[in-house]
Amino acid sequence: MLAFYKRLYPYKSIFGWLNHEHVPTKRWTHREWAFTLPPDTYVRYQSFADAEDLKKQVCQLNPTRFEIGPVYSAKPRDRKTVRAANFTPQLRELVFDIDMTDYDEIRTCCSGADICSRCWAFIAVAVRVLDKSIRDQFGYKHLLWVYSGRRGIHLWISDKEAMELTDEQRRALVGNLTVIQGGKEMKKKVNVRQGTKPPPPSISTALGFLSKRFAEIILDDQDCFAQEDGWEVLLQLLPVSDQVRRGWRAKWEVKPLSSSAKWDAVKTEAKKNEAIMLPAMEDIVLQYTYPRLDAEVSKHRNHLLKAPFCIHPKTGRVCVPVDPSTIDDFNPERVPTVGQLLRELDEVGANPSGEGAERHSGRSHFTSLGKAAILITTALRADWQRTSLKPYVDMLDKHVAALMDEVRRAKREAGPGESAEHVL
Amino acid sequence: MQNSKDRPKEEASLKQANLEVENHGTKNVRYPHRLNFYEKPPLGDITIEEFETCALDRLRILAEIESSFVRNRPWDELMKITEAQCGKYLQLNSNSAHTLGLDAQRRKDHVGHYVLRLAFCRSEELRRRFVKAETTLFRVRYDRDDWGERDVFLKSRDFGWEELSEEEKQAHEKELVAASAWMNSRDVDPMKDRYYKVKWTRVPDLVEKRRVLLKGGMAWVPSREQSSIVFQEFQTTLAKALEMTAKALPFLDEDTRIVPILNNLSQGFLAGVSSEWSTATAGSGDELTADMIDDMAKKHFPACMRNLHECLRRDKHLKHFGRLQYGLFLKVLGLSIDEAITFWRRSFSNLQDDKFNKEYRYNIRHSYGLEGKRANYPAKSCQQILTSDQPGTGDSHGCPYRHFSPDNLQTALLSMYSNQGLTSADLPDIMHAVKANHFHVACTRVFEITHARQGVAKGEGVGGGESATHPNQYAARSRELEREKEGVNAKKEEDGDVVMMG
Repeated sequence: MLAFYKRLYPYKSIFGWLNHEHVPTKRWTHREWAFTLPPDTYVRYQSFADAEDLKKQVCQLNPTRFEIGPVYSAKPRDRKTVRAANFTPQLRELVFDIDMTDYDEIRTCCSGADICSRCWAFIAVAVRVLDKSIRDQFGYKHLLWVYSGRRGIHLWISDKEAMELTDEQRRALVGNLTVIQGGKEMKKKVNVRQGTKPPPPSISTALGFLSKRFAEIILDDQDCFAQEDGWEVLLQLLPVSDQVRRGWRAKWEVKPLSSSAKWDAVKTEAKKNEAIMLPAMEDIVLQYTYPRLDAEVSKHRNHLLKAPFCIHPKTGRVCVPVDPSTIDDFNPERVPTVGQLLRELDEVGANPSGEGAERHSGRSHFTSLGKAAILITTALRADWQRTSLKPYVDMLDKHVAALMDEVRRAKREAGPGESAEHVL
Repeated sequence: MQNSKDRPKEEASLKQANLEVENHGTKNVRYPHRLNFYEKPPLGDITIEEFETCALDRLRILAEIESSFVRNRPWDELMKITEAQCGKYLQLNSNSAHTLGLDAQRRKDHVGHYVLRLAFCRSEELRRRFVKAETTLFRVRYDRDDWGERDVFLKSRDFGWEELSEEEKQAHEKELVAASAWMNSRDVDPMKDRYYKVKWTRVPDLVEKRRVLLKGGMAWVPSREQSSIVFQEFQTTLAKALEMTAKALPFLDEDTRIVPILNNLSQGFLAGVSSEWSTATAGSGDELTADMIDDMAKKHFPACMRNLHECLRRDKHLKHFGRLQYGLFLKVLGLSIDEAITFWRRSFSNLQDDKFNKEYRYNIRHSYGLEGKRANYPAKSCQQILTSDQPGTGDSHGCPYRHFSPDNLQTALLSMYSNQGLTSADLPDIMHAVKANHFHVACTRVFEITHARQGVAKGEGVGGGESATHPNQYAARSRELEREKEGVNAKKEEDGDVVMMG
């Protein structure tokens, strides 16, 4: 694990992603980091001068993982020297967490911490819907999706406006995107419409896509209504008379019937009373496929979230960025593990080539750190470039480049003398 | 910000406050509008007496608004009460009223607001409450304001909204209709209505409830929801200004006349309304121990706590908000910290000692104010349980009357309370209240039914016709009834507890 953080972790890319500029700003220096140390110590309120400083600390502490918090009004490291009232979260990426455990009641293939490519389909649908909804509705552009290393996915939004949202605004935004609500004892968890009127535009847009995936995932692949506890929920959700319900129950108890056959029966019944039945069926589609968010993560600026490219301590997999446009082909089982990467490194280590180092040395910003530091950084770049981590780091670098571009443009528009420091 | 610049000036003028100098305005009308965003502080000299009266009169109104929130009064009632209070203490007439002294009325309103700002800027909690009460007062006045005058007022200030063009309306007509589905469809006609574009962050309440159309970060707000933008704007400007005032406040320290008045004012706000159910059983003598909880739950707990208790017994675990809701309830019920640790340790019987000590002990101690910022957290009231931290999938907290499906609720009620006299014949009555969203009425009804043996009649509620507004109030009354029945020092206890109920 230490070898990974020493040789492969892309500190510089992470720095650029959080800082939005080459020169360290408050977005970096006033940023909280938290480390989880074995066996189970949790060190909060760490902050660093630059990427190299972070690396030094990581290599020294050798944490099982580390998390990123908000940008505070003072350096988190100096927290004890300022008054509590002057130490408040100011900026923070808008973050989302989708976790497979929230799907336990509907997935039939695995449960709890387990995940397979079949249940990944739920996540893929969620990513599609959320990505589109956030871009269209809220107009944010800099979305970074990151696989959480085991059974979920994180989303980090770095747009300036998103970073500046207050807790209250975050709560409102999450409320807007939360469709599935209600605890264990509530069967119907979708309440988005008035009576039988069509749902709000953002949801009806998603419905077209979701009904298609509903057939593929819920009816065919997961076969959610095959077992009694599965179809019993379906019966409860449908606004049909007790008589119809009893009829179906009697039939389905006797003869095993596939989910799609049952759904067809529902469709036929729906023809008799479309005004009531169709909205109810749409709600069922939503309940089974609409993204289930872990809302608490997004609501507060000071919530900590695991940094990208950390290693999940249980699975050994790297938390790599994911491209939402190819999310359907993403297979969590093919994400590189720390062991695999180090093996790859050993293999190329026997056959060294220095070309990667040269190419990137020009872009390094550690001018003040002297030649030795530059050598170390460039050596690092070379290291991850020679493993299967490369495409993922490249993906982050592309994301960072777009971010920096925008910051540069905004600065130019603001005119000379107006630096990001002032904006903060 | 305007007023931070003006603040030293204002303070200077306050310090000069001498005897009886009336305002000598240069213009005929200093306040053309009844409504006021209070963006400029009042200038001119006033007497110390006037300084205090303006503030006290306004405080009376704000305190009444606060207490209306605590009592969960519906909006109409709140509006009526606030207007009555305003009539008594702070007349504010519209331009059409043609009464004399419109300016004097408005000046009093203006001065009172600014004095209270000084009094309530000093802590986060005071600021929050002040903003809430002031925004409500503004809303009441806005709703009741003359339409024409309101429009003039709105035009007098730049709200930074942009009207939607006809082309945009046409292109998105269907979506606009769908976004207004919560309204009566007869009243929705996007082509006739006016729409305003603003950044969505300015109307978070509409965004949260999905009541506006969102396009690329802009909310398209129909004119009937325009008020939402106005209120939000009022709230954010005031909150910002208060923080600014808080920073400037230390400069006032030397003034020996004003500071005591300000202190007195903020005290009044705090003491005026008590909004929390504090430790009730502390004085009653009988200590609660971990092994008594099982028995207590069956006899005295409201459905939300019964459900949490049963989930805890069944799953040998509760999720975070469940632990919080139940743990604080038990604390206020009288469970000491040591007993609480014992109780939770035994309840989580599947856990290793090690894991329990690391992951749960801290949180339990935290809720007793022994860790972290050492706050003494009150137990959650019904209102909090009903509205904040909605249960997610797999959660057991919340209010069963609201968060259970009707079927599950009925089954649960029967299994919980049938040995206390609840029968299926009682269910329609209860479910009727649930359907109308009167969850506390349903809960109170269950209380009456299950305590009929102790002589509680229908309509009597949890004492004196009051309905249940706090799980601890429910449990306390239930225990009190039991004690009365057993006749254990009945007289003394009752006196003590009746005070508590108020």
